[in-house]
Amino acid sequence: MTTIEKTPRQAPTPERRPGELTFRELLRFGWRQLTSMRTALVLLLLLALAAVPGSVIPQEGVDALKTANWKDAHPSLTPIYERLDLFDVYGSVWFAAVYILLMVSLVGCIVPRLLVYARGLRAVPPAAPRNLTRLPDHETFTTADDPEAVLARARAVLAKRGYRLRPAAEGDPLDAVSAERGYLREAGNLLFHLAVLVVLVGFAIGGLLGFKGGVIIVQGGTFSNSANQYDDFVPGSLFRPDMLKPFDLTVDDFKIEWLTSGPRQGMARAFEAPLTYRSAPGAPAQQYDLRVNHPLTIDGTDVFLIGHGYAPVVTIRDGQGRVVYSGPTPFLPTNQSFLSFGVVKAPDAQPRGIGLEGLLYPTFASVNGEPFNVFGDDKNPVLSMRVYSGDLNMDGGAPQSVYVLDKSRTTMLEKADGKPYRLDLALGDTVALPNGLGSVSFDSIQPWVRVQISHTPGKLIALAGVVMALVGLIGSLFVRPRRVWVRARPAGPEDGSGTLVEVAALDRSGGGDVAPVLAGIVASVRGDAAPSKEE
Amino acid sequence: MTDTAWETLSNQAVAACGIVYFLALLAHLVEWASLRKVPAAVAAGTATSGATPAGDVLVRTGPEAAEDDGSSRVAMFGRLGLLLTGLAAALHAVGLLGRGMAADPNRVPWGNMYEFTLSGTFFVTALYLVFYRRYRLSWLSLPVVTFVLATLMVAVIWLYGPVAPLTEALNSPWLVIHVVSAVIATGAFSLGGMTSALYLVKERSLAKGRPQTGWLARVPEPARLDLVSYRMHAFAFPVWTFAVLITGPIWAHQAWSSYWSWDPKEVWAFITWVVYAAYLHARATAGWKGRNAAALALVGMATLWFNFIGINYFSTTSQHSYAAPAVTVEAPVASTPIV
Ligand code: HEM
Repeated sequence: MTTIEKTPRQAPTPERRPGELTFRELLRFGWRQLTSMRTALVLLLLLALAAVPGSVIPQEGVDALKTANWKDAHPSLTPIYERLDLFDVYGSVWFAAVYILLMVSLVGCIVPRLLVYARGLRAVPPAAPRNLTRLPDHETFTTADDPEAVLARARAVLAKRGYRLRPAAEGDPLDAVSAERGYLREAGNLLFHLAVLVVLVGFAIGGLLGFKGGVIIVQGGTFSNSANQYDDFVPGSLFRPDMLKPFDLTVDDFKIEWLTSGPRQGMARAFEAPLTYRSAPGAPAQQYDLRVNHPLTIDGTDVFLIGHGYAPVVTIRDGQGRVVYSGPTPFLPTNQSFLSFGVVKAPDAQPRGIGLEGLLYPTFASVNGEPFNVFGDDKNPVLSMRVYSGDLNMDGGAPQSVYVLDKSRTTMLEKADGKPYRLDLALGDTVALPNGLGSVSFDSIQPWVRVQISHTPGKLIALAGVVMALVGLIGSLFVRPRRVWVRARPAGPEDGSGTLVEVAALDRSGGGDVAPVLAGIVASVRGDAAPSKEE
Repeated sequence: MTDTAWETLSNQAVAACGIVYFLALLAHLVEWASLRKVPAAVAAGTATSGATPAGDVLVRTGPEAAEDDGSSRVAMFGRLGLLLTGLAAALHAVGLLGRGMAADPNRVPWGNMYEFTLSGTFFVTALYLVFYRRYRLSWLSLPVVTFVLATLMVAVIWLYGPVAPLTEALNSPWLVIHVVSAVIATGAFSLGGMTSALYLVKERSLAKGRPQTGWLARVPEPARLDLVSYRMHAFAFPVWTFAVLITGPIWAHQAWSSYWSWDPKEVWAFITWVVYAAYLHARATAGWKGRNAAALALVGMATLWFNFIGINYFSTTSQHSYAAPAVTVEAPVASTPIV
């Protein structure tokens, strides 16, 4: 059992009071504590514990919206949580403190063991202890063969089972064979622990130098890879915008299959977005069918299909008949049936700016006079919007989200009875707005896709690290280090005639069951039974 | 056979295997109850591992140990229980097969919570049967059958869902390899956890100097339990590592663009991994061996099953919610996630 337990050994000099340590001794004491097995164990448990809050409290980096909602709902807790970094547990100082301490402990533990192992590689199995029958697992038998024959057979048996034999050395007793196997266990264990460091390096590279961003692209639309083209963009802390590869891509089409029956009725599947892309301006155009689970890799940057929705094509004419807005406008789905919310803005309309806000029903039905969306497929698309007129506040400083209408300087159109005016448009409809404001047409509907674009350098390092870890782990857990000794000498008067043979085996891993192994070796050395299967 | 027929077959097979597990449970209960009448010395014929002659099959533990009245009854019901468990496992397998065949297109039977639980419990039984001879697990039969039956009941009552096509993100070859390894590891960890629980019971009873009678006498001595538990964990840990730290991230990278995103399911898989790493350390650390290590194994099992079932109910942000994907409206970036 390789319990590596380092108890600090202090030898206080007589003139000092007991328990007093010099600064160096204190440092050394601290280091030994930090690199002890027990500390590693406690730090591991601490790491597990520290990971828990991040799964309970919404995390900024995982779900920003949920985090914002949570913050709104808990105004008193929020500042405390923010101070404790509880909305970004895995990027927090205290979480880092735990794993960095663990890594320091790991290095402090691994390096000395590597040195010991390097020396041990050439080491020979230790000489047989004087009294083999004192070991917990041993067996004794007598045989008519003479001792040399027995020992020769033992050497052959052990060598065949992969044991390293102790060469005859000066001063060794000549009546015994020493053998050891399972050196790879420690190698596996060291490899595993080193691999943990490799994984961390790979992970850190991705976090520092990578980026992740998302963008909605309407069918037929083109995206070129620069930071300002993204709807959201999360760069690593060492990321520079010039690291973005200059590719562009066009979404040529978007295909989808709606399930019209069965338990998942209404679910969509078989999403496919054929793309045309170029790895740089002027590079040859290439085609790719972007699908879920089948990302496109352009020059090290990965493009994923992760969402879809509808963009109605709306045209707004103002009071003077001029087209003041026309084009596909992405609406955001609000539920499984793709009832979608969106905003259309025509700030330059005369005499007053026009803003529309409302819902898109991909498959509209009227149930008891109430509008209802039946299905996610665009079988009968209907737009149902409120109309705002006035200054949409688009020239003022702060940039506006395209999904939010600033209504502070507008008035909502009302019907004669004071109820809100509702603009309902089926596909192809054009409706004149009241008060000579203009008109709105719902010309067509186009799908959009949301793609996630990310670059994760170091991912192959991390992958190599975990694979190394697994290989090391298998060695560490399944290789059984054992020592076996066989001693043969002429039997004394009390043991009867012939040769007395003692065989002992020692498991050094804490996971072994040496009894069957010993039994197998004894049988082979005796030469009586077929060697039984080793555990 | 039509898809509906397969689905019906699956449901019937699951119901039947529940009944047979229940009969196995009864048989083992009778077995354990009869043990009370067996003299402790006979019942404790376990793990006399010392000087066993080569070739001996080492079934001295087995209920067939002695010819005494009580113990022949123990032997009979023990064997009956094992037989019934084997039969139940076969029906269980048919239930799984039916789930896979009922889907259109056919697929592996682990696409939603009900199916995960069905396959998880199947692997608990299967691994128990596989390891039965090697580790002479007759003392583990009652915990295993109880656990499997209880978990199956939870699955049938609360988690059941009709056969449905996979959501798009699950539709990947990684579903086969990632999930099967996670489920196998779950099965082996569960067996290890039960063994560790027995370790704690046995160790406590020995420490208090209680006479070792009845079923407790049947349970091997703590050192043996510790070893068996370690072997189960040592088997499960690399498989779990493969599932959650290799295939999981590879798949996550393909489907969600990020190989590790601290999604709650990932966080808990990581916690489980770290706790089991701590368990393996504890076994080699003075002062933590034995009881503390066994307790850590139980903590590991708790995090494992919490992650397996609990996270899907407590967490709404998880991308791993296998039911309908959560829909978010998130200006300006929201969309209905495909995945
Ligand atoms: C990220 C942190 C760590 C992880 C995930 C980890 C994981 C593991 C695992 C899974 C094993 C089991 C393999 C086996 O039993 O042979 C193990 C064994 C071992 N670890 Fe670590 N470890 C970590 C840090 C450390 C540190 C800091 C030390 C130094 C004190 C250490 C020392 C050992 C030793 C000596 C063994 C062999 C135990 C034995 O002989 O059974 N580990 N570690």
